[in-house]
Amino acid sequence: MASEIEVKAPGLATTVQDLGRPGFYHLGIPLSGAMDRLALVAANLLVGNPPDAAGLEAVFMGPELVFGRDATVAVCGADLPPKVDGEAVPTWESFAVKAGQTLSFGYLKTGARAYIAISGGIDVPVVLGSRSTYPLGGLGGHEGRALAAGDRLALGDAGASPAGRSVPEGLRRGPGGSPVEIRMLPGLYWHRITETAGKRFFKETWKVAPEADRIGYRFRGGTPLDFVPREQPFGAGSDPSNIVDACYPYGSIQVPGGTEPIVLHRDAVSGGGYMMVGTVISADMDLIGQLQPHTPVRFVETDMEGALAARHERAAIVNQIREHLA
Amino acid sequence: MAQEILSPLPGTFYRKPAPDQPPYKNDGDAVEAGDVIGLIEVMKSFHEVKAEVAGTLQEFLVENEEAVMAGQPLATLA
Repeated sequence: MASEIEVKAPGLATTVQDLGRPGFYHLGIPLSGAMDRLALVAANLLVGNPPDAAGLEAVFMGPELVFGRDATVAVCGADLPPKVDGEAVPTWESFAVKAGQTLSFGYLKTGARAYIAISGGIDVPVVLGSRSTYPLGGLGGHEGRALAAGDRLALGDAGASPAGRSVPEGLRRGPGGSPVEIRMLPGLYWHRITETAGKRFFKETWKVAPEADRIGYRFRGGTPLDFVPREQPFGAGSDPSNIVDACYPYGSIQVPGGTEPIVLHRDAVSGGGYMMVGTVISADMDLIGQLQPHTPVRFVETDMEGALAARHERAAIVNQIREHLA
Repeated sequence: MAQEILSPLPGTFYRKPAPDQPPYKNDGDAVEAGDVIGLIEVMKSFHEVKAEVAGTLQEFLVENEEAVMAGQPLATLA
């Protein structure tokens, strides 16, 4: 049988993703790639792939895949229970799927996005250095879009990859606690809001809006921001949340109209005219990718030192996973 | 024997196709397999929740516009 998998049912919005397409944001082409990069790396390492191999990102609902060849598979990230021919298999652990068998999923338990790595990786064409799908731009992945029933995905050549290897529980990083704490650096437009509004922004609990997606994670439930009065500069819109068009960093928190903060994620636009109250630290972007609608969240202020320490901690977890599976 | 209709997705549950329209189903209504009983809103789109088997809709277990979790029972069928 062919070295491919067939999509019997696509799930909600399953896309091919690797670690992304950096270097083109200045042209308006976003990073794309896995929303929870640590989970994709872990899944790839479990099946003997390079950490940046392309896998599938399934959000909220899993696909149904029929395998054309034997493969080792791992599912990391959200607790979306995998099944091989109807038999439950664990997450964060490599398992064997034989040619002709079907991989399907039960109901989502925790988290939002499951990463499915298959030994050999998904072999779609590399576009601008990445196999990641950017559906809004019709770029990369499988035909630039989410998977549909009947799609066939080619698999790359796989090396030896034993089943039954697992990531220790302590290294399965995901959002914990309630509310989930998301760390951020205030700036560049923090000065636009009043001191009271700034304090309240951190104190209040926000909830993930159902609209949250790969482009941006929207939050609601907190008090609208009060702005410091000013005469809007030339080039800025008339709303106090408008600025003269500027670049939007990955992770930046824009607040259109001062009402609902949106954290820009992997498929975000690269610039525009909304003020940003700050930027979520890189280490916590994975966690945002695992938030379900209505999850309570608090934004926690940190500084550059705290952000860099968190980045090192996250990198250390990836290293420990790598060493454990070496 | 009563059967539950489960939500396939996390999101917001709606019992009506639009705010100014009547609910898809009411308690006690007959349901055919494949009938839509409500919508789940998530990621800027609405997904129909369908009954898998025919029966009588006994009771809705969640309110209109309530937050639901994947796998959560939405209604019972008898």
